[in-house]
Amino acid sequence: MITTNENHAAKTRFWNDEKTRGIIYQVVTAMLVAFIGYYLISNVQDNMAKQSIASGFGFLEKEAAFEIGEKSIEYSAADSYGRALVVGVINTLKVSLVGMLLTTMLGTIVGVCTLSSNWLISKLGTIYVEIFQNIPVLLQLFFFYALFYEAFPGPRQALSPVAGLFISNRGIDFAVPAQHFAWSYVVAAFLAASVIAFFMTRWAKKRQEGTGQQFPSFWIGLGLLAGLPLLTWVVCGAPTELDIPALKGFNFQGGQNISPEFSALLFGLVLYTASFIAQIVRAGIQSISHGQSEAAMSIGLKTKHVLSLVIFPQALRVIIPPLTSQLLNLTKNSSLAVAIGYPDFVQVAGTTINQTGQAVEGVALMMLVYLTLSLLTSVFMNWYNKRIAIIER
Amino acid sequence: MSTNSEVADIKPPAINVGVLGWVRSHLFNGALNTIATIVVLLVGMKFIPQFIQWAFIDSVWFTSGKECHEATGACWSVVTQNIRFNVFGYYPYEHQWRPLVAMIILVSMLVYSRDWKKWNRRLGYIWLVALFVMGLLMKGGLFGLVSVESTKWSGLPLTLLLSFFGILASYPLGVALALGRQSTMPVIKAFSVVYIELIRGVPLITMLFMSSVMFPLFLPEGVTIDKVLRAQVAIIIFTAAYVAEVVRGGLQAMDQGQYEAAESLGLNYFQKMRLIILPQALKIVIPPTVGVLISAFKDTSLVVIIALYDILNTTKSILNVPEWTGFSTEAYIFVASIYFVFCFSMSQYSRYVESELEYKAEEK
Repeated sequence: MITTNENHAAKTRFWNDEKTRGIIYQVVTAMLVAFIGYYLISNVQDNMAKQSIASGFGFLEKEAAFEIGEKSIEYSAADSYGRALVVGVINTLKVSLVGMLLTTMLGTIVGVCTLSSNWLISKLGTIYVEIFQNIPVLLQLFFFYALFYEAFPGPRQALSPVAGLFISNRGIDFAVPAQHFAWSYVVAAFLAASVIAFFMTRWAKKRQEGTGQQFPSFWIGLGLLAGLPLLTWVVCGAPTELDIPALKGFNFQGGQNISPEFSALLFGLVLYTASFIAQIVRAGIQSISHGQSEAAMSIGLKTKHVLSLVIFPQALRVIIPPLTSQLLNLTKNSSLAVAIGYPDFVQVAGTTINQTGQAVEGVALMMLVYLTLSLLTSVFMNWYNKRIAIIER
Repeated sequence: MSTNSEVADIKPPAINVGVLGWVRSHLFNGALNTIATIVVLLVGMKFIPQFIQWAFIDSVWFTSGKECHEATGACWSVVTQNIRFNVFGYYPYEHQWRPLVAMIILVSMLVYSRDWKKWNRRLGYIWLVALFVMGLLMKGGLFGLVSVESTKWSGLPLTLLLSFFGILASYPLGVALALGRQSTMPVIKAFSVVYIELIRGVPLITMLFMSSVMFPLFLPEGVTIDKVLRAQVAIIIFTAAYVAEVVRGGLQAMDQGQYEAAESLGLNYFQKMRLIILPQALKIVIPPTVGVLISAFKDTSLVVIIALYDILNTTKSILNVPEWTGFSTEAYIFVASIYFVFCFSMSQYSRYVESELEYKAEEK
């Protein structure tokens, strides 16, 4: 064998040898990329030196000198660029997380609707999917934003479908419970109840697998989640005072306000992404063969158990991977906030670039933040996917 | 005696057949469905007449903005009075027939080549000629056509241009990246993986920002590249990563035997890919590819953010004119329907291809 190989090696010219060729290709590619990179970087350095733009991330410490309309943490124009960018990241996270939750719910509902045996409902679902899927999300954002400004009246004539809720072109204002020490305890009680319910469900499942005895963990969990906070609220003196938004001057004071920018962004993102999720959910449910539900029914399961124990766990495996990429798309599309003036990360970074001229650092930061978000989402979804994957015996 | 043979056919109850039967089995089967149907009908009865009243009965169609503000219904005049600016943007008014003809050529070429059985060398040449004619019409400067700067290209022609060339150029790049990702050479594989994952992890808007604010820094002094071209490159780079992932799916779905058979015939890598693997792999991924292309088409609307005047931005600038402010619903509905027509026909096409492919698979 060895001798034949040697003979073979002697006969072929080295550029005809697959291995050598591979190495040559790779070296050439690497050199080409390195050369282009070097060329671009040296150009950037030249240009920045000529336009006297600073380089490096030193600007993060400097004073930002611009205001941000919506902020979840303390921020003023006197704060640094770094802090402004953090405000932007938090705003991006806020709209993405709320959006992911709502769009998953809406998408699932619409997806199930398109499979409904009711002709009207399934047609409505299909029409929804076709319309929202085929119109650019940016156009939808503009549409909803314009709707807020044009279709809704000013604060003085604000629509008030329910007492304490006002919809005007300044956004949605609604009443929230007035400040009271009880509310923080109620939140704590709710969290505690969730933890207890979680462990109880696990224990109940283990016991059922071991002994076959069932435990009404759903109802008891629900009771815990509702009861414990309620008990805390009563114990703390049952405060009922509300902070109702009131018209003062040209705008509402008090209560909680959701800005038109945030609402339009959330609406657009949720409606757009839900149309894709609906299709994914529909395809997932359809991928389960009819025999599965027939088999489940023939062993005497009730309809709701057929769905929750047989169909859904299997459909979920088909649904999760494409769902992940849609949720990632929602996060990435939230960057369109810049077009309607919601101060998300891209907008703050864009302002920073305009003021400092440090485009390279600014764009690098944008990419870094979104890459991190994408990575975190896919790590979480992969973990979840692994958890629900078929365990082969 | 013959009574037995003359038994009349027993018809099913009238309520189970015909319109009644259909209504019963599709709308009122079960309590829950009945309630749902009634709720939907009630809501529809409340809103559909209102909408028709607004959109058609009280609406005005060919008036000035002033009369629009007085009308109670929809103001479609915002569309009809500004249609030429909306569609062609800043293209010189007297030469707007040129982009119109170019668009008609493009769309009819696309419709003609929808069936892949017609794809042959001759069609390729026809496409080359068509592209040349379209470029000539847009740019001018030859045969007595007045030259028009690319900065004046706007409206629907710009949207179509960005998406068509974005798709056209990103496709081979995407295929190359997918092959690179499947490659056994570690360096090439690493570059492809980094490229694909990096681009897919960031929003298109960062690429567009890069093209508009960062790219000028990359060029040596004195060299400038047209803004439209820079946006075009950003779209190509972005779309290619998505095409690559779709194509990779096709390559992975190929039977290993195909690779082995190609190798045993003594084909080298390029022959193997060009003659055996890619023709099959690309065909099975036509439906998801069309999906990527639809997103690319919709994503061209993002150039609004870097101040290019595509059809969405011309609409926005019409709405900024005081005469027409306040009619965004009507104007946006018009633009939305244009996007809808293009995207919907593309998705119908992908469904047609899908059913065609499934039909073929069954025949085997």
